[in-house]
Amino acid sequence: MSQTAPAAPAHRVARIGLAAMGLGIAAFALLPLVLPTYQVSVLTEILIFAVLAMAIDVLAGYTGRTPLCHGAIFGVATYVAIYVSTQADGALLLPLVAGVVAATLVAAVFALLAIRTSGVYFLLLTIALGMIVWGMCLRWTSVTGGENGLRGALRPAALTDQLAFYYVVFAVVAVVALVMWRFVRSPFGLTLRGIRDSESRMRALGYNVSLHLFLAFTISGFFAGVAGVLYAMFNDFVSPSTVALSQSVEGLLMAIIGGVGTLFGAFLGSAIIIGLENFASLYTERWQTVLGLIFILIMIFAPEGILGRIRLWLSRRG
Amino acid sequence: MSGLSLFQLLNGVTFAALLFIVASGFTLIFGLLRIVNLAHGALYLMGGYCGYAVASASGNFFVGALAAMVCVGLAGLALDRGLLRFVGGNELRQVLLTLGVAFVVNDLLLVVFGGDTFTVPTPDFLRGALHVGTMFYPKYRLFVLGLGIVLFCVLWLMLYRTRLGALIRAGVDDPETIQAMGINIRRIFLLTFMLGAALAGLGGAVGGAFLTLYPSADAEILVFSLAVVIIGGRGSLLGAAVGALMVGLLNSIGQVMFPEFAYFVIFGPMALILAFRPYGLFGRAA
Repeated sequence: MSQTAPAAPAHRVARIGLAAMGLGIAAFALLPLVLPTYQVSVLTEILIFAVLAMAIDVLAGYTGRTPLCHGAIFGVATYVAIYVSTQADGALLLPLVAGVVAATLVAAVFALLAIRTSGVYFLLLTIALGMIVWGMCLRWTSVTGGENGLRGALRPAALTDQLAFYYVVFAVVAVVALVMWRFVRSPFGLTLRGIRDSESRMRALGYNVSLHLFLAFTISGFFAGVAGVLYAMFNDFVSPSTVALSQSVEGLLMAIIGGVGTLFGAFLGSAIIIGLENFASLYTERWQTVLGLIFILIMIFAPEGILGRIRLWLSRRG
Repeated sequence: MSGLSLFQLLNGVTFAALLFIVASGFTLIFGLLRIVNLAHGALYLMGGYCGYAVASASGNFFVGALAAMVCVGLAGLALDRGLLRFVGGNELRQVLLTLGVAFVVNDLLLVVFGGDTFTVPTPDFLRGALHVGTMFYPKYRLFVLGLGIVLFCVLWLMLYRTRLGALIRAGVDDPETIQAMGINIRRIFLLTFMLGAALAGLGGAVGGAFLTLYPSADAEILVFSLAVVIIGGRGSLLGAAVGALMVGLLNSIGQVMFPEFAYFVIFGPMALILAFRPYGLFGRAA
């Protein structure tokens, strides 16, 4: 059906995309100046989780392997950052670096185990791997504090102000988003897309598929770790629910709502989910039901996500 | 072998029997329909609560277990006919949809039953301990072990000695050809899905009597089932049995020797198996 419609000129779609992006950046840059403190913290959270959703999208959208362990990788960074900050008093950079390194290492180990599978099996495996982290955080009480979690203060004095912290997160997220955008458009990213579309062909062309997948997974874990460390600074507290499956699910849902393979759709997905979460919690305690229903509805009616939908629509209109 | 470790060993084996009951349904659905039913844990919990409610009201454990099977089997029917058929043909969407269902069901069960811990009442003749030599062992756990073994035999006979079983096995290998031969594969799919769900319900009622029921029990049993199926391989009954035995024993060894790392003791070997056989001991690539 859509095959017969003439494709829209690529530059027009690109122009619309650019305009939307400019609008989004302007909104994230200017809104906090007029919003009350609570809303600023919601915006901060949206930016942080957008990084997590983008990290998931790197795998789901560009290698075609949908992971459900990124909440755990994200949470490892949060746990390690907060744990290190309670051990090494006053160190500012050390907890952050340790958190990202730990997340990257965990992702590398997960990658070694998971990249040999694909599709549903990959999903299943990453769930199980993520659950190990959750189980560890829950049971290893002497380090993780068990259900009580850990408390720490990672922000230096200059960043205790919500607005100042917001702009630091904004800057970091902007850089990270740019790097990820470059990454998925690099020759390496193109190879990943090739693997997604036909693993056997890429193998026949002489590409080392396993190595590419391993690196993609690890790099995606690195970005999830960056998000986790930002979250540690944002929240100053971590408990097993931060590494639970629902965290991975929320991250994936954000990536899916935005549109898998669109990368920046993650911002839209994150804004919608976190916005809804804050909005829904005003009226009901049943956020989990709402989340589940969103998931079901999206899967049935709009599996390509919002940006994916718009892209399809634009290319059909011609 | 000392008495304590024999006791722990029995604990592991009886837990394995429960895991087999739950995971056999999971692997049947996974094998034939290629759906990783992530709502399986939620169905287990639903079965547990249902078994608890009916067994308490009727005073009969077996009526409760039967009610759990019927009720969860019907829930499986609703899930398959009401939701999954809209996303037919796309495995990933199906899996993610069941995940959404798991969230909703778990949350609604929390609304109905609250956060309290429940225990399904067991019949009188299964209470207390059996005296074997120098040790005592809870009768109920031995009953679960027996049930697991009986279920394995029944499922095996069904799969390998009946027409339905032949159709299911053929469907695992090649659904298109089966359909081309004039067999309504959709109906076989639906039956399998209901059977798998009913087994989760049975597991909930049986497990609810010795593991107790609480809001996060569904996630825990789901992880164990995942481990069993990952180790055993997709759709393999024997794989589910071997996987359940491994996970059950490792879990009880882990809890005794490394309580803080019990999860690691289960999943470490799982990871090792995966390194050599990514699709499990008895599995084949999808």
